[in-house]
Amino acid sequence: MLELWDGLLAAGRLLISFDPDLLEIALRSLQVTGVALIVASLIALPLAALLAVRRFRLRRATIAVLNALMGLPPVVVGLVVYVILSRSGPLGVLGLLFTPTAMIIAQVIIIVPLIASVGHQSLRDLWAEYHDLLLSMNTTQRQRIMTLLWDGRRALLTAALAGFGRGIGEVGAIMIVGGNIDHVTRVMTTAIALETGKGDFALALGLGFVLIALAIMVNLAIHWLSQTERGRRW
Amino acid sequence: MVVSLFPLTTQGAMVRRRGNVLIGPVDLTLSGQGVTVVIGPNGAGKSSLLQMLYGLSRLSGGSVNWACDAREAQRRLAFVFQTPVVLRRSVLENVIYPLRIVGRPREEALALGREWCTRIGLGEATDRSATVLSRGEKQKLALARALITRPDALFLDEPCASLDGSATREIEALLQTASDEGTRLILATHDMGQARRLANDVIFLLRSKVHETGTAPAFFDGPRTAQARAFLAGDIVE
Repeated sequence: MLELWDGLLAAGRLLISFDPDLLEIALRSLQVTGVALIVASLIALPLAALLAVRRFRLRRATIAVLNALMGLPPVVVGLVVYVILSRSGPLGVLGLLFTPTAMIIAQVIIIVPLIASVGHQSLRDLWAEYHDLLLSMNTTQRQRIMTLLWDGRRALLTAALAGFGRGIGEVGAIMIVGGNIDHVTRVMTTAIALETGKGDFALALGLGFVLIALAIMVNLAIHWLSQTERGRRW
Repeated sequence: MVVSLFPLTTQGAMVRRRGNVLIGPVDLTLSGQGVTVVIGPNGAGKSSLLQMLYGLSRLSGGSVNWACDAREAQRRLAFVFQTPVVLRRSVLENVIYPLRIVGRPREEALALGREWCTRIGLGEATDRSATVLSRGEKQKLALARALITRPDALFLDEPCASLDGSATREIEALLQTASDEGTRLILATHDMGQARRLANDVIFLLRSKVHETGTAPAFFDGPRTAQARAFLAGDIVE
């Protein structure tokens, strides 16, 4: 209990003093997860809509695999990305290992199935509602997908925020592919892991509270910015 | 030169699903004018006939032929469903949706959309979410959305089911105007009053088949078959 209190005090101290190291790793966390979220959303959301509107032979299997991949162990993803990006790996020539780009790649792999699965659940219901109407209007598949993505944007925002939550709190994969290098690839979660390893629980908890506050602020900001329906008006 | 869609002819057209015949075989010829009302007891196949003619159901046999190319015909048709489907957008965005998907410029579509919103009594509600409208308002919106492209033919599947008298009257007025402006209406209804008010021709369905067809005065004043007579008399016909 005392350690939790110390952690809160440490978090307060870090925030009040505008600790430059904290600011740097917080910004890097936001940068890595933000870019990963954008890339993952660009892949996952059209995929979710395509799975809702298109019938093909392996559709059910694809959905089942996506659902299963939501529980993809980050450490395994980290290992696979590490092997691929390592000097002797197929993409080793790119020199991406232990860079923020490698961390973004790992996070994209982790959050794409989550965003696609959660997004698909809501778009499937919306498609059931729109199916006859859009068919009767002779819409193209692309128009159907765009309509679902636009009209389902609030539910998809929730899916994207779930992906953000998973990404910003992820440690296993980015620790492996990023290496937790100070001023290069250190982010909030890897810093917490480092301080915990050093036995500085108060600082680790302090960083943890800052991370939670950061995640909540980003969620609230996105909700506020995307709130287009006010008082039954659009 | 614009080729007429009509006559629409079907030859042995039928739709089966999981071994059950939903409609057909149907042999029909529909000319290019007026209002055709499809009537019959519940489960007779009214919705199935409309969906088959429109092309929403895949044919299991026979053929449905428009006077022009089928793809061209599809672009000049519209459908209004029994349960109005509204997009999760504003009233105005719903009304202009068909124009936007065919590539009409946004400003032009918005101007026409506002005109139609006023026409259906939703001129003050253009920015409101369509999902919060009453059922009658949603159906008027669906009708405006179908008519904004000035379709050559409009299919309506019980558009006034479970609507109150004033909403029904407003929708019938819109339909009458559309018919007067040259849109061919094919309407399924179980409301005999509505059928008598709107119909020029009648198709009477029974057990998934066309049982009797004729002009509205001839059908309502002197039906040829005993089942049609019983149906018009209010008896239970199966």
